[in-house]
Amino acid sequence: MSTAVGTEAPTFSLPDTDGVEHSPGDAPATVVVFTCNHCPYALAWHDRIADVARDYSDVKVLTINPNDAERYPRDSFDAMRERVARDGGWPMPYLRDESQDVARAYDAKTTPDVFVIDGGGRIVYRGAPDADHQDPSLNAAWLREALDAVLAGSEPEPAETKPVGCSIKWK
Amino acid sequence: MAQPHVELLFWEGCPSHPQALADLRDAMTALGLDPDAIVVREVDTDDRAERERFVGSPTIRIDGADIVDPGEEPVALTCRVYYRRDGRISPTPDPADVRDALHTAMTTRSTA
Repeated sequence: MSTAVGTEAPTFSLPDTDGVEHSPGDAPATVVVFTCNHCPYALAWHDRIADVARDYSDVKVLTINPNDAERYPRDSFDAMRERVARDGGWPMPYLRDESQDVARAYDAKTTPDVFVIDGGGRIVYRGAPDADHQDPSLNAAWLREALDAVLAGSEPEPAETKPVGCSIKWK
Repeated sequence: MAQPHVELLFWEGCPSHPQALADLRDAMTALGLDPDAIVVREVDTDDRAERERFVGSPTIRIDGADIVDPGEEPVALTCRVYYRRDGRISPTPDPADVRDALHTAMTTRSTA
């Protein structure tokens, strides 16, 4: 399946850290972020993505950890639960892609790798949250601009940027 | 000039090593050291990571010592988490930590 911008987003159902299943859709826009516990890029961008989830309450934000937990125990489901609990909860669900099928369906490359899906289920943005993981002031600008465009009924510009981060840890 | 032995170990799965190498070269140049003396080595297998006691990419060692204490970090082919002096998480060491580690090594060598 292709996951190029403009194509239909793969659908899925994955459990969060409370065991509740989540799927994209049923919202004006869905953000799917492949992320993890151990990658410095994912960690550096985490607060900015959480702020997007807080600021865009009508948008569904789904964070997904697809990494192989056998070789990377910090990305186990238990470690995910512990992280969310330690943070006092997250403003978005943290989903476990144990089989890695969803990451493969999206052709995810890195943590983080961000996809924005419009209300019709079409991928309209794919890439990094913003231009610099080291600069919190950028505030996930590319992601926010994509959401603003989708919610206004227009096309994001840019629609695609290079995802930057740690490689997905495939089994 | 007391030129320490400087190594940068990296894993290709993490994109941070070019920035780490650039920061390291800048620090060496600023201290009057030869940046071309840096030994850059790729760690590409679990066996090699084990042999090198490699806890993540990038790892910078000066005279065999990690510039940031890896503590109890497990050996792994992974990206390493560093902290900048202002507390931000970073995939590369704070350039000030790199500079200080080099300076300390130079001082130790010159007084040995």
